[in-house]
Amino acid sequence: MAGLHANTDLLRKLLVGFVKDEVRKVGVSKIVLGLSGGIDSALVAFIAAEALGPENVHAICMPYKTSNPESETHARLVATACGINYSIVPITAMVDAYFDMFTDAENMRRGNKMARERMTILFDHSALLRALVLGTSNKTELLLGYGTLYGDMASALNPIGDIYKSQVWQLSAAMGVPAAVIEKQPSADLWAGQTDEEELGFTYRQVDELLYRMVDQRLTKAELIADGFDSDFVETIYAKIQNSHFKRRLPVIAKVSNRTIDRDFRYARDWGK
Amino acid sequence: MDFTAVLAQIKPKLGCIADNLAIVEGQIAKAQETGADLIVFPELALSGYFLKDLVPEVALRIDSPEIQRLIELSRGISIAIGFVEEADDYHFFNSALYLEDGAIRHLHRKVYLPTYGLFDEQRYLARGASFRAFDTKFGRFGMLICEDMWHLSASYILAMDGATTLICLSSSPARGIDGESLGSAAAWQKLTSTTALFLNCRVLYSNRVGFEDGVNFWGGSEYIAPSGESIVRGALLEEDFVTARVDEGALRRERIFSPMMRDENLFVTLQELQRISHQRGR
Repeated sequence: MAGLHANTDLLRKLLVGFVKDEVRKVGVSKIVLGLSGGIDSALVAFIAAEALGPENVHAICMPYKTSNPESETHARLVATACGINYSIVPITAMVDAYFDMFTDAENMRRGNKMARERMTILFDHSALLRALVLGTSNKTELLLGYGTLYGDMASALNPIGDIYKSQVWQLSAAMGVPAAVIEKQPSADLWAGQTDEEELGFTYRQVDELLYRMVDQRLTKAELIADGFDSDFVETIYAKIQNSHFKRRLPVIAKVSNRTIDRDFRYARDWGK
Repeated sequence: MDFTAVLAQIKPKLGCIADNLAIVEGQIAKAQETGADLIVFPELALSGYFLKDLVPEVALRIDSPEIQRLIELSRGISIAIGFVEEADDYHFFNSALYLEDGAIRHLHRKVYLPTYGLFDEQRYLARGASFRAFDTKFGRFGMLICEDMWHLSASYILAMDGATTLICLSSSPARGIDGESLGSAAAWQKLTSTTALFLNCRVLYSNRVGFEDGVNFWGGSEYIAPSGESIVRGALLEEDFVTARVDEGALRRERIFSPMMRDENLFVTLQELQRISHQRGR
């Protein structure tokens, strides 16, 4: 449908302009990002390379021992394709040292720990390289809460947080992201054989059609069902958005003064920039 | 008379009056060098847009050195510019000044402060209460600030008050990426063109560029002839210095071809609005 169709020339200009402007105005010329081998971080790498020049973009691949080796191959493929700096920092030693103390931890705890381990590495490199951390969460996963709070959701700037996965695919193709990365099944790659769509129980294309109508067009549940969406699907997605809303907000502060941060002490982050 | 207007498509720094005044003075000097008669800056050119709690910090009184400096500069070129105005009663307005020959010809306070979607102006700013046309060296003008123009009545009142040139100072955020052109740009282009066409007026539209907290301002400053035709349009998403040669003959010819404003019946309009007002008041 028209709403999920992106004018990729225009979108590219806006997102490249965003990175150029928002990075440079804080007096920084470089960015660092995690490159997973997947499409979202690949697209952000391409956007950043175009905005700041590939020499100012540093990508880090941070595999765990169970990561699919193909992920690292794809990360390198992307780094080479857009000419950016690339390094590998494995997280196995740190993550295993921790879970040696908690051997019965289930997949979710392990996955979250890995995402947060990667976050600490990116923010350490932010200080090392004087570079801002770029986020790689798209609108679909942000709305569904399909990400780790203070893990992969943490960043200084996120160029793709207002575009759906369906639009990530379109823009990636237009910007020359390698086809192998665009065409493979999206996966958080936390354990062997994991795919996002299997874990979520629906495809990105299905959910994007629903999210676009529900969030962007503000159709009511009754209107969505009349449009042919399954009522259980509508309820499930609505609940996912609601239940993950805490991930999209700052921590709640107990108000006691007249001017509480973010409630009645309100300034743009670009204050003075 | 014919005149040359510059639409200064600048990128203000958020909350930095001194830096923005330097940008503005640079543009004024450049416009004077090119022989322009008028320079139009965007809405809130001296302060940036998403001010929130910065409003009282960046507000300027009319007798402030910054405004006095601009008044002085208007001896060399006419200037339309947007800023946060601090009034004597400590109300803060999203205002625009028209300065000419070292004097204030007009002060407009934005009437329609958008407070929906990404906008939150009425939380921080006081509402203006009038739309008045005013005389300039180049004919009778009316000024609008961004959202004002989305209210048909605003442009209509100015045109009925004799304005043949409408100046719109804008900080319009970019949104809508599914069409052939940017959604907000397409909407504005339709609006300015239609307004010019309906009211047989010229429109000088000055919109800023740059990003504030991830929101882009799209530029595309434009001069629209009274026929509704776009004569010159600035770059999209980039700073620009748009020079518009405004032809008096085109206005005269358009008003001869399409004398809708001549035929407009103020008394029917007023009578009906009064009836509606009376009925709503019951």
